[in-house]
Amino acid sequence: MLRLAIAYLKDRWLVTAFNIALIALGVASLAVLLLVSTQLEKRFERDSQGIDLVVGAKGSPLQLILSSVYHVDIPTGNIASDSLDLLRRDPFVARAIPLALGDNFRGARIVGTEPEFLAIHGATLSEGSIFTTVGTAVVGATAARETGLTIGQSFAGTHGLGGDGHAHDRVPFRVTGILKPTGTVTDRLILTSIDSVWAMHGIASPDAAAGATTEGDQDHAGHAHGEEVLDRRDAPSPDITAVLVTYRNAMAAVRLPSAINRQTALQAASPAAETARLLSLFGAALDGARLFSWLVALTGALSVFVVLLSAASAREGDMALLRVMGATRGQVSGTVLLEGLVIAAVGALLGLAAAHGLLAVGASLFPTLAAVGVGPRLFHPGELAIAAAVLGLGVVAALIPAARVYRTDLAETLGRAT
Amino acid sequence: MLWRMRQFFTVAIWRFFLASSETLSHRRDMIPVLSMENVRFARQGRQILGGFDLAVQQGGHSLLLGPSGSGKTTILNLAAGLLTPESGAIAIAGTPMPASAKARDALRRAHIGIIFQTLRLVSALTLVENLELAARLSGKPADGFADLLNTLGLGHRADARPRELSQGEAQRAAIARALVSKPKLLLADEPTSALDDANAHAVAQLLLQSAQTHGSTLVVATHDARLKRHIGHVIALKAA
Repeated sequence: MLRLAIAYLKDRWLVTAFNIALIALGVASLAVLLLVSTQLEKRFERDSQGIDLVVGAKGSPLQLILSSVYHVDIPTGNIASDSLDLLRRDPFVARAIPLALGDNFRGARIVGTEPEFLAIHGATLSEGSIFTTVGTAVVGATAARETGLTIGQSFAGTHGLGGDGHAHDRVPFRVTGILKPTGTVTDRLILTSIDSVWAMHGIASPDAAAGATTEGDQDHAGHAHGEEVLDRRDAPSPDITAVLVTYRNAMAAVRLPSAINRQTALQAASPAAETARLLSLFGAALDGARLFSWLVALTGALSVFVVLLSAASAREGDMALLRVMGATRGQVSGTVLLEGLVIAAVGALLGLAAAHGLLAVGASLFPTLAAVGVGPRLFHPGELAIAAAVLGLGVVAALIPAARVYRTDLAETLGRAT
Repeated sequence: MLWRMRQFFTVAIWRFFLASSETLSHRRDMIPVLSMENVRFARQGRQILGGFDLAVQQGGHSLLLGPSGSGKTTILNLAAGLLTPESGAIAIAGTPMPASAKARDALRRAHIGIIFQTLRLVSALTLVENLELAARLSGKPADGFADLLNTLGLGHRADARPRELSQGEAQRAAIARALVSKPKLLLADEPTSALDDANAHAVAQLLLQSAQTHGSTLVVATHDARLKRHIGHVIALKAA
């Protein structure tokens, strides 16, 4: 009977293809929404793990979180480097990690920080060693793949967070390590020390006067640019972009953010609160899109219903002939049910494949999507739920036509047809 | 004396048994493939058959000849178990037509092949797929149809869809489909009415030959008097 159902579907292939396309469209939209929203949520959750508070320049708290935790937006500004000392002295702070942002290499953001940053995301070295001196850097797994950087290779950072700024070629970086993939934002970053970022911008580190040496000095003794950087007396004060804070205890969540926001020129933003706010903004749009997608899938099911109902009428003779040939009522009406089921199943499969295809295309066309972890390779159990729901729709759409065939009076049909 | 009496009775009993078994055997041979006794049928208050009798023996051919509305198709549908009579008895190869639809379907699958005037083949399947389906539904092997199709002159049309067949080809295809189950009783409803003389002659010949080859008993219902040339046993029906 399945072969017969498929034969009927092939016999009116254009209508079948239209029905399948409608259902696939609905399934693809639903799956894309599901995958994007869950991948975003998971990525946000992973990237902000271990960070209770971000302290940065006044401005949009969401922007501060996006730029300092997820590395997808521009920072709100810089803050004085002594803010870090202030925070580290606070009894509510268990850990404070500084960030200095503002440059990139071939689109991969260069983040000035401390080796402890790696611990937040559980990053470990795949090869080489961690940055220890000025001008050394370790590269995240994705960043290494996309920029082509390898151990020992030198590169010059570019001003700005995109790829179009002017190059800082006075202190080139040298890659000392490549990180293992972590599935977090670290994968697409280039990590170096705060001093390296300052040196790249010609800013003297507070420790520089105390005799710190640069990688350039080690590699090229007496290099004019390195000395020029360290010796500048009129350089701007060394700033950082933000500080990632981990609370010492639960009381810190109550006391610290409000204290910082009220009593200093700094801004404290909670990644959990800002991410929840962002997802709730997304959520409303996602709900609307999800509703629309279900409407598309329902339209597909309605179309299947109309087609099968009309086929059931047009096929009365065939059905009667099948009964005469020995098919039972159940087998004959089962053929109609199977048609609905096959359309829904093919539509669901194509829709799911299209969803992953769309995500692959989207991630390659829009780097921001890839940057926040949206990609085609992840599967979600919800996809099976969508497929099951659409199969259910196919069966429901075929139920009435199948029941009509089941109830057909054989003698009456033969009386009309013969 | 006693011994002689005993011998006499023994011989007499043996003769009785032998005679009985011969009679029974003869009777079994004479059981008609299709028998209809005093069958009455009405539809929507209109009497279509009023006490109809018919007995067709194994290998026999009968022609139900009559105009439209004379009840020819009704007789075939009753014989096939597709309709239930108001009263009377119908039996296929000695088996009374069962009351339950399921049992009637089983009897039809096992013993009866039907050729309709318009319901010939399942539209979405090719000719050979139609034969495979018919074979599967009747529990017969669903292969080896080349000889049957060649015999009916349809060997080259095996993969054609019903809408691609000519009238004559479609009618021959319907015969092929009905014969796939190797039925004891082959019922044909207006098999030649839409055909020209040459095709009608060819189809009639094919029906008879096919029925003979497969050992089927043939009952044809038609208003086409041309078939009288081919089937001698004619039952004339009048319009109700």
